Amino acid sequence: MVGFLETVILKSVKERGGPVFRLNSVGELEKLRAEISEKRDTGKPCITTCLGTGCHAYASYDVYDALAEEIDARGLKEKIELRGTGCHGFCEQGPIVVIFPSEICYCRVQPEDAADILAALMEDKVVDRLLYEDPVSGQKYEREDEIPFYKNQNRLILGQNRLIDPQNIEDYFAQGGYKALAKALTDMTPEDVLAEVKKANLRGRGGGGFPAGVKWETTRQAPEKEKYVVVNADEGDPGAYMDRSLLEGNPHLVLEGLILGAYAIGAAEGFVYVRQEYPLAVDNLSRAVEQAQGYGLLGDNILGSGFNFRVRIKRGAGAFVSGESSALVSAIEGQVGEPRPKHINTAISGLWGKPTNLNNVETWANVPFIIERGADWFNGIGNEGNKGTKIFSLVGKVNNTGLVEVPMGIPLRKIIEDIGGGIPQGKKFKAVQTGGPSGGCIPEQHLDTPVDFDRLQELGSMMGSGGMIVMDENNCMVDVAKYFMNFLKDESCGKCTSCREGTKRMYEILEAITKGEGRAGDIELLEELAWVTEKTSLCALGQTAANPVLSTLRYFREEYEAHINEKRCPAKVCKALIRYTIDPEKCDGCGRCQRNCPEEAISGELKSPLVIDTDRCSRCGICLEVCRRDAVVVE
Amino acid sequence: MEVKEIDQVMEKYGSDPADILGILMDIQEKERYLPRETLDYLSKKLDLPMTKLYRMATFYEALSLKPLGRHQIHVCMGTACHVRGAARILDKLESQLSIKAGEVTPDLNFGLKTVNCVGACALGPVVQVDGEYHGNMSALKVERMLKKYSGSENKEAE
Repeated sequence: MVGFLETVILKSVKERGGPVFRLNSVGELEKLRAEISEKRDTGKPCITTCLGTGCHAYASYDVYDALAEEIDARGLKEKIELRGTGCHGFCEQGPIVVIFPSEICYCRVQPEDAADILAALMEDKVVDRLLYEDPVSGQKYEREDEIPFYKNQNRLILGQNRLIDPQNIEDYFAQGGYKALAKALTDMTPEDVLAEVKKANLRGRGGGGFPAGVKWETTRQAPEKEKYVVVNADEGDPGAYMDRSLLEGNPHLVLEGLILGAYAIGAAEGFVYVRQEYPLAVDNLSRAVEQAQGYGLLGDNILGSGFNFRVRIKRGAGAFVSGESSALVSAIEGQVGEPRPKHINTAISGLWGKPTNLNNVETWANVPFIIERGADWFNGIGNEGNKGTKIFSLVGKVNNTGLVEVPMGIPLRKIIEDIGGGIPQGKKFKAVQTGGPSGGCIPEQHLDTPVDFDRLQELGSMMGSGGMIVMDENNCMVDVAKYFMNFLKDESCGKCTSCREGTKRMYEILEAITKGEGRAGDIELLEELAWVTEKTSLCALGQTAANPVLSTLRYFREEYEAHINEKRCPAKVCKALIRYTIDPEKCDGCGRCQRNCPEEAISGELKSPLVIDTDRCSRCGICLEVCRRDAVVVE
Repeated sequence: MEVKEIDQVMEKYGSDPADILGILMDIQEKERYLPRETLDYLSKKLDLPMTKLYRMATFYEALSLKPLGRHQIHVCMGTACHVRGAARILDKLESQLSIKAGEVTPDLNFGLKTVNCVGACALGPVVQVDGEYHGNMSALKVERMLKKYSGSENKEAE
């Protein structure tokens, strides 16, 4: 057994970092850290390339390889370090390359740029064309932290991502990794750790915002001796991917938080439940667990303290409802991941009937910071009742899409306008959707609301796991409500009739409305169904299923009415209520739309204005996409 | 799948019935579906009722009782992709492949599925083919993307 483990560890660590040996005390950990720092403190430049999923999709691995080749070709292998890191967060501008120590940031880098980057680095210059350019002011920025997207953030949890090769534990050590664990194991009792987390008022980042310390205490005090801790990495909210970025980019941070939690709660075993859609997260986390085991940071007698703790990774298989705590417990046990009645909370009766503490990835990632720097420091960030930072995935119709980390309580407007850079193509902001399918849409007039757990709920939405989807004037709010209801009816496990049938009926009504078949009384019926589904469903999926409908009704009722009464879609989205035509004044008959129309619905002589046959047109929108003269009109 | 291979998968998980989901997923990855005979065998070996295996297979999106395509296309229907026009991409794929979401082309080359979010929201609309991401998709880019995968299939055949 040991032999097998050792070969695995040696294999992985040989690739990056030095030899692995068991650390038997905190002193040995600090000695190792000092050695790593000394080895690295040579002032030699380090080129980092983001290999997170976003940049990866833009072929950042090719950029990494090109940089490696270029370094090799110039014989600079000893003089320049090259590092592949996790997600930097500015996914819109990927692939991102940052050079340390100058922190010069290059955006949208292509493999062909490698030579210029190296040449500039050797001459202490910058490659001007690869710098970030503000789309509005046209100003260019050299350093990463000067770019408005980053400047207005407080990247406490995500900040290390850009410095760390997630597959190399030495990088995490160099950033002070496992210092909090060392501190807890030497200077703090489990009660102290628990008290610190309680004092920090850390609220669960997965959705509900329940105080983590209180939950920990419940599990700790439960009578059963055997207890479990679980990382909920079944990030299922569409539009949110911060947990993915953390697990992929800095897995040891999450692990360290989990070990601290296990120490405080008195658990000897932990699980990480990761959704299968995140293969890189599973890989990096598995490697991190192996490395931590190799160094004795997991297993028996951790750092010579007498504390034992093991971690196992379980993969999910694509079921949104399995992210609910009792469902996740079932899934780990090997049952179908459906929610159970929670007369007794999972904190008291979870995995195999034992007390089980579940927190989401981001919550766990906060713990090492709280323990290392103290609850008082943590309480200095955020607003009343909402301490610390929150990571949002700012996506949709916004210029700077990516992961954003801000202190809780800053206004929504600051996130969307200052960090997000506003709406593309000068379009008008319409709403921002937060909280995933359980959340709601917040309109313009509430943009100055501070973002925290409580205020978002007052607006009829919620924090959820931090998805923030920006919508502009071209998004139809009835269509958005229909979209979420479609999602929820598919993901409802079907156990409760009210949820199974309620989501289905609401979807049918919404679909009829978007088809122009809405009738008077539909809105009232929706409200009634929403009430019943909310009141009579077992788990949060059903209890909050109506939120997307209710919040859009609350702020955009006139849009529903236009669909029902005037058979009109004001945002020009709902296919049955729109038609495509060509403006003969603008059309020069180039034929691009005609060649690309899948329905062959466009006719006319080339070089003279073309015509769309509305009966044949499937409203796919390709003509609109390809027209260079804006001649295609939607009415 | 040969009995020996199934045994290997089970051994990887210590033949623990609690790890049945992991076992099923490994088989799904290898076979592109869960063959009836394999489920029969697992049911006997792990002493799990067949009904439970079917329940798992039909509950989880990643599991399938019918073979998936050699190239499995996942169209992300997450919110970020939706507001940027994912429905149009799906329409185009459906018309291009002449199948509906959830189906497989008759030659089994392409399977088409929608997924609720692949977590690459900044790139929306996103299509994932065999685990590879194609970001900022447009209906126009669909054809080119499909060609790439049809091409690789031909090469393999040579």
